[in-house]
Amino acid sequence: MSDRITGLLTICVALAFFASATQLELPFFSDPLGPKAFPMAVSGVAIIAGIMMLVRPDQEPEWPVLSTFIKLFITTLILVIYAYSLKPLGFIIPTALASAAISYQIKPDLWKSMIIGGSLSVVLFLIFKFGLGLGLYAFPKSF
Amino acid sequence: MELLANLALGFSVALSPNTLMLAVIGCILGTVIGALPGLGPSNGVAILIPLSFSLGLDATAALVLMTSVYYGAMYGGRISSILLNIPGDEPAMMTTLDGYPMAKKGQAGNALVLSGVASFVGAFLATIGLMLLAPILARVAFLFGPAEYFALYLLAFCTLGGLGSKNQTKAALSVCLGLGIAMIGVDKSTGMTRFTGDNLHLYDGIDFLVAIVGLFAVSEVFIFIESHGKNSSIGVKLEKVTIPFRMIFETRWTMLRSSIIGFVAGVLPGAGASLGSFLAYMSEKSLAKEKDKFGTGEPKGIAAPEAGNNSAAGGALVPMLTLGVPGSGTTAVLLALLMTLNITPGPLLFTERPEVVWGLIASLLIANFVLLVLNVPMVKIFSRVLQVPAAILLPGVTMISFVGIYSLSGSYFDLLLMILFGVAGFFLRKMDIPTVPVILGILLGGHMEVSLRRAMVLSDGDWTYLFASPISIGLWVAAFLGFIAPIFLRRFLTISKPQ
Repeated sequence: MSDRITGLLTICVALAFFASATQLELPFFSDPLGPKAFPMAVSGVAIIAGIMMLVRPDQEPEWPVLSTFIKLFITTLILVIYAYSLKPLGFIIPTALASAAISYQIKPDLWKSMIIGGSLSVVLFLIFKFGLGLGLYAFPKSF
Repeated sequence: MELLANLALGFSVALSPNTLMLAVIGCILGTVIGALPGLGPSNGVAILIPLSFSLGLDATAALVLMTSVYYGAMYGGRISSILLNIPGDEPAMMTTLDGYPMAKKGQAGNALVLSGVASFVGAFLATIGLMLLAPILARVAFLFGPAEYFALYLLAFCTLGGLGSKNQTKAALSVCLGLGIAMIGVDKSTGMTRFTGDNLHLYDGIDFLVAIVGLFAVSEVFIFIESHGKNSSIGVKLEKVTIPFRMIFETRWTMLRSSIIGFVAGVLPGAGASLGSFLAYMSEKSLAKEKDKFGTGEPKGIAAPEAGNNSAAGGALVPMLTLGVPGSGTTAVLLALLMTLNITPGPLLFTERPEVVWGLIASLLIANFVLLVLNVPMVKIFSRVLQVPAAILLPGVTMISFVGIYSLSGSYFDLLLMILFGVAGFFLRKMDIPTVPVILGILLGGHMEVSLRRAMVLSDGDWTYLFASPISIGLWVAAFLGFIAPIFLRRFLTISKPQ
């Protein structure tokens, strides 16, 4: 089933890609192929691959149980929040919180993960800032 | 004579204190990364590239550092294979077959030393092979025009899809995904924007480093969280380490044969180290008198895959440096490094930047000896790395990936893209869709299209030009065979397995 869904998804995306490529205008100068031929060929191959997956799917992969999926979703969410907060909040606080949260996902021990998060954040900051000379801010600039 | 002059130039670069220090640091870092369970050469090198770039190293220095990490990780991979039965990555998998049983028999030290020596023999011979073969191939590559390059890229994708994966359809899908991503951004020859959805962030295209770190490193974190608790293999304790001279002497021919097989497998574009270690192990098994001993801790079963995969790692550098076509996941990552450093691999590299190529080769020779010292007498220190708990390791890997990518562009958009690639990588890996072709597609897509368009300009739109020269015909045939052959090979292997 997963293969079939992926196959169908591939066909849809490839068709959209193909349609988008046909919208490109051919340039006037001497480029007989232009910018659309190659993307069109690629989406053609992708459509064939999608159909093959639809028709001859592999065995169903072993998907994780719902609770694991929730765990993975939370991890993704943490990473997204981390990505947004790195600039406004400086390095140390977001990194400590994010690594503590990831560590907690792997081993649910509140105190340990907080210690790991805090120390990882400080150690990495020192390495990045003074060892590698990256331009990171420890705390929000307005501090 | 020319070779000696080139080597002298190489050593003059490699023996400068700065380069030498980077090689040693790279070897140590690489061995640690390789030894960490779940981290292999490709994701190890991937997370370090953005950082090495932001260090502001010059091209030779950055290349020496990262290839030392690459070689080091190939060596280190065996440590977790033997002691924990968890391969750091795919090429190290064959080493678990005999390495772990031998360690369980109380010979963990012997297994580590033997595999360390086998790694050295493989990597050393491959570096010699690289030295001899690369300049010849570079000369042949001068004959390549756009039509030949187009066929060559096609060959790389076909063999990668064919040999590197269980399902050709999925490999083809993965290549298309990569090529599609490569098309995003401004088309260089016409200035038109393609597939950007009018998002300004996408006008420059998607940085391949973002894709690499996402697909290789971030997805690893997801996979680990998902599989956590499943791999509960018991680690073997490492007692005193002595050098088993007899065992090494008895496997000398195994190491030699496996190195040759591994090197050839590595040179084939798209095949890489996994195939090298697999073929080396299988051929030793078929040559052996007592086949039943394989899988129970047979020394030859350890020497063969280790010599094979380290030799393949060196062999894979040949097509990467001379043609710009990587032979494995890690060399794809190294190609990304070269492109970030504004070095175009290919035949011109050998004539225009000899100090880069020969400096690299000389550093690899030196790195090998450093690695032998690190991995035989000092192996006990590195085996401690295995005790780093995952609850510290994985947040660390994630944060290093984030800082690496953030330091490249300082944009949160790239970080979001990286997370997206991480999530995509998780699903692709779960569904058995290989991720290396995606990377290769992103890396080579632009070049492939340019070659095709140049060929069409040269021939005024005549498609037969693509098959006009003997070289391109040969490449087309090889591409076709590379895609078809595995179907028969797989049938052959499934027949021979039950015996």
